[in-house]
This record gives sequence, structure tokens and C-alpha cells, in this order.
Amino acid sequence: MKLRVLGYGVLLLLGVLAPFAVYPVLLMKALCGALFACAFNLLLGYTGLLSFGHAAFFGAGAYATGYLVKAHGLSPGLGILAGTAAALVLGLIFGGISIRRQGIYFAMITLALAQLMYFVFLETSFTGGEDGIQGIPRGRLLWWINLENDRTLYYVVFAIFVFSFWLIYRIIHSPFGQVLKAIRENEMRAISLGYDVNRYKLLAFVLSAGLSGLAGATNSIVFTFVTLSDAEWHASGDVVLMTLLGGLGTIFGPVVGAFTIIGLQNQLAERGGSLVTVIMGTIFILCVLLFRRGIVGEVAALYRRVVGIRAG
Amino acid sequence: MPEIFGVPLVALLGQLMLGLVNGCFYALLSLGLSIIFGMLNIINFAHGALYMTGAVFAWIALDQFGLGYWWALLLAPLTVALLGVLIERGLLRWLYALDPLYGLLLTFGLALVLEGLFRYRYGVSGLPYAQPAAFDGAFNLGFMFLPKYRGWVVVASLLVCFGTWALIEWTQLGAYLRAATENPRLVQAFGINVPAMVSITFAVGAGLAGLAGVLAAPQTQVSPLMGTNLIIVVFAVVVIGGMGSILGSILTGLGLGLIEGLTKVFYSQASNTVVFVIMALVLLMKPAGLFGRER
Repeated sequence: MKLRVLGYGVLLLLGVLAPFAVYPVLLMKALCGALFACAFNLLLGYTGLLSFGHAAFFGAGAYATGYLVKAHGLSPGLGILAGTAAALVLGLIFGGISIRRQGIYFAMITLALAQLMYFVFLETSFTGGEDGIQGIPRGRLLWWINLENDRTLYYVVFAIFVFSFWLIYRIIHSPFGQVLKAIRENEMRAISLGYDVNRYKLLAFVLSAGLSGLAGATNSIVFTFVTLSDAEWHASGDVVLMTLLGGLGTIFGPVVGAFTIIGLQNQLAERGGSLVTVIMGTIFILCVLLFRRGIVGEVAALYRRVVGIRAG
Repeated sequence: MPEIFGVPLVALLGQLMLGLVNGCFYALLSLGLSIIFGMLNIINFAHGALYMTGAVFAWIALDQFGLGYWWALLLAPLTVALLGVLIERGLLRWLYALDPLYGLLLTFGLALVLEGLFRYRYGVSGLPYAQPAAFDGAFNLGFMFLPKYRGWVVVASLLVCFGTWALIEWTQLGAYLRAATENPRLVQAFGINVPAMVSITFAVGAGLAGLAGVLAAPQTQVSPLMGTNLIIVVFAVVVIGGMGSILGSILTGLGLGLIEGLTKVFYSQASNTVVFVIMALVLLMKPAGLFGRER
């Protein structure tokens, strides 16, 4: 227990010191990706629902925030809240439709609904079509925190991430989270125990969508633009890959996965990177065939084995 | 000039024809997806990428080897089917004991690899594939002009779709296939080589996708994204139709193509989204799909 508190303390300290060592914008991108992956993991890793359309919520958050902040002069804080709210509402609608089917159909339905949103973003007027929304002002948070400064903005993003991570941790370890795990392990048994499984699934879906929207909204303030690629199916695939690579159903897996993938994409982009898609696809295949527990899952299993041997 | 709801009849029929052509592609692809799903319990995300691969092979055959459209129509689907056997034997085989979602994830990765390789080699802009000279021009049907190539696509696709259906319904092999879909262990116990059946099924499904790709090549630019954008619509088609019935998936594909064509005439902004909206409505009213069974 003490070890765990120490571990979290070290990680927090690393997070605070990181912008002095690494380019803050890259760090913020990774944190937004990590938040997105954690939100996604809440659904796939802890409820057993594979959504292939989470980019819709990321995109909805980003577009709503970008539009309101740029066109209506909302402050960035309110803008991010509004973006999150938009993703929550969209999550309620899409969740209500997609939880009517299970397993593989659920994945196809979420993918199709996300593609629907993609075309909506492409064709409605306020999203700027192919160009997206450019030049979103970062502005000031609570009138006096100037977000134009990258390092200041980094600490705001870091705070948002830590808060969301704590929230997801609380959700997973609450009685509600236990029911979600029961549904993941054996849906029929959860039903026979008297749980209204669909309500639990819907709530998990809405929470996951809202947090994904928060990630998208924050991302739009960081980069000061939103484009269609935020809502495209590639983005939905990326978040699946981050979670899978890091470790499904582990607390830290999505964070590790997001930092790995975004770091890798960044490295590849610097070298011309026309093979990025091929490499992402290959990692996908290797993960499914060889490392289904992901990085964190494998490390945890190794740790347990070593401790188990020592304990006799 | 005759009009219907203020739309010239010629324009309406033209769009319906285009819709039918699209519907043929939906039907060919959803047919392949359905038989693969029935046998392997895997949704093949790479189906769109295989469709693209078929089109690329047709282009390569012409560009590198000087083999024309008819050769491509024969060779490209066979090559894609062979690629399908390699995928099934080399990759998918290891996943049968696991949750079917892993099959979806693996084939998603495969789709990215195929798409990325194509983009790496040929770029994003797309390659033009000339229509064979035999199909230049159009038939005059009296009330509309039917471009010959579109007519050919519809006829060829329908023949292949219903041919596949007849093969599954009326032949010995089809009977084995249906039996193995219902209960593979029992069929294996009767001495039928089920693993070989699985490979054949995947190869046939992949070959159908490759064939659709060759048929599409002269119609659209051969581009790396042509496959996945199409397959997402086909997923919606599959959800609407349900995967229980072969005939159902063919009819759903054709019907949705027509509806899309109609939407293009009357409210063109929605033509990209209408299939997804219909999917949502069908899910609200009949979650198992029009021809599906609850599993």
C-alpha cells in the first residue's frame, strides 16, 4: 500500500517536471491521447464493450469547443465543459442505439454511427467542412491564467488528466465498477442476479463518451484547431490500438499505450513517415497474436510470477 | 419531359441506376462478409482492403503485364482468394478459440497494413483504370441511356451473387458448408475436413471482394481509401439485413443502394448518411435486423 502511494507520488512528480525536459505540446498531445484511451478502456477493458467509433465523441467534444470558443467567444474553460456536455449527449443517443446488440454487432454499429458523425462534421456549416476550425483562441482560464503560454497550458491539461484519471479510478473501484466487471465476465449471470444490465452498460457508455469528449475538447484548445482527422475512423482505430498495446482492463495500460503510440508516431513523422499506417497495422496484428495482455498486463503477470516463486 | 416530384425522369432513373450499381457492390461484399462470419465467426474488417487489393491487382496486371480487363477479371479474384487462404492459415487460425472480437481487431490491423502499403507504393491520389473499349457508349432504352459498363456491372454482380447463393443452397459442398456453419464438431465427426472448408469459405469470400474490386476499378479511381470507406457502409448494410440469411444480405445490399440513389436525387446532402440513419432506425424497431435471428 505504501509502495503504491509512493509510486503515484513519483508519477505526479514526473508529470510536474516533464515539460522542462520534453516539448510541452507533444506532452499535451500524449496526455489528451492517454485520457482518450483511459475513457475508452472504461468501456472495453472494464465493461467488455468494443466500440469502434469513439472518435465520434472525441471529435464532437473538439468541434463543439472549437466552435463555441471561436465563434461565440466562450472562455476556454466553459468551452471545454460545453464540449464535454456535447459528447455526453451524443453518447446517450449512440449508446441507447448500439447497446441493443452485443459483441461484434456492437462494434460494427458504433463504427457506422461514428461514420455518420464524420459526414455530419464534413457537411454542416459550423464545422468548416474539409478545412475544419482553425485559429481557436486559447485565451485565459478564469480571467487570469494565460493559456497562450505552452507551459502554463501544460499544467492545466495535466490537472484535467489527473482529475479524470482519478475519476476513472474511483468509477472502476466503486460498486458500480464491480457490476461492470461482472457484466464483462458473464452478462447472463449479471442479468440473473437481478442487475439491469442495459442501464449499467448505457451509463458506462455515456461516461466513456463524455470523458472522450473532454479529451477532444482539451485537444482542440491545445492545438487551436480541429480537423476531420480527429473524427475519422483511423482515430477510432488508434485509440483501440493504444488500449490494446498498453493492456486491456489495466489502470495504467492505456496511458502507457498512448504515450508509446503517440511517441512512435511523432518519431516516424519526423522521418518522413509514409509507412506509419503499415507499422500501426503490424503492431495491431502482433498484439492480437502474441501480447493480448498488453505491455502493462505482461509486466504485471511477470511480476506476479516472480513474487509467486519467491513466496514459494 | 416527364417529371416525378419536380425531378426530371431521366435524372431520377440515372441516379437509380447508379444506386443499383453501388447496391451491387454492397451485395457482393456483404455476401462475402456473411459467409465468412457464418463459418469463422469473425467479422473481416480487411474485406474492404481485399476489395481494394482486387482493384489494384487489376491495375497492376494492365500496367505491368499488359493483361487487359478480362484477364484481370479472372486472375485478380483468384489472387485475392489465394491471399485470403494465406491470411486464414497464417493468422486467423490462431484466434478461433478466442473472443470473436480479436478477429475483428486482427483484420483491422491487416486492413491498415494493406492500405498503408498501397499508399506507400502509389500515393493517395488514386490510379485511373481505363474502361475496356467493348463497354464504350450506352444502350438507348427509349426512356433513358444506360452506359454499357454500368449495365455489365449489374448483370455480372447479380449473376455472381445468385450463383453463390445457388451453390450454397443446392450443391453438396453448399450443404456441407451450411452444416458446418450450424455445428462444425458434428460435421467433422462425419469425416468432413472442416478446417479445409473454413479455408475455402474465407477464400471464396475474399475472392468475391476481389471481384467486386475489379468491377469497380473502371468506375472509380483505384485509391487506398476506397476499401475501408466502403466497408463501413457495408457493415451498416449487414447490421440492417442481419447475417442469418444469404439471400437477405443480397437483397438488403441492392435495396440500400437504390435508396441511396433516390436520396441523391431528392436530398443530396443526406446521401452519404442515409444508410447509417436507416441502420439506427432498424435497430430501434427490430434489433436483430430485417432477416436476422437473435443470437
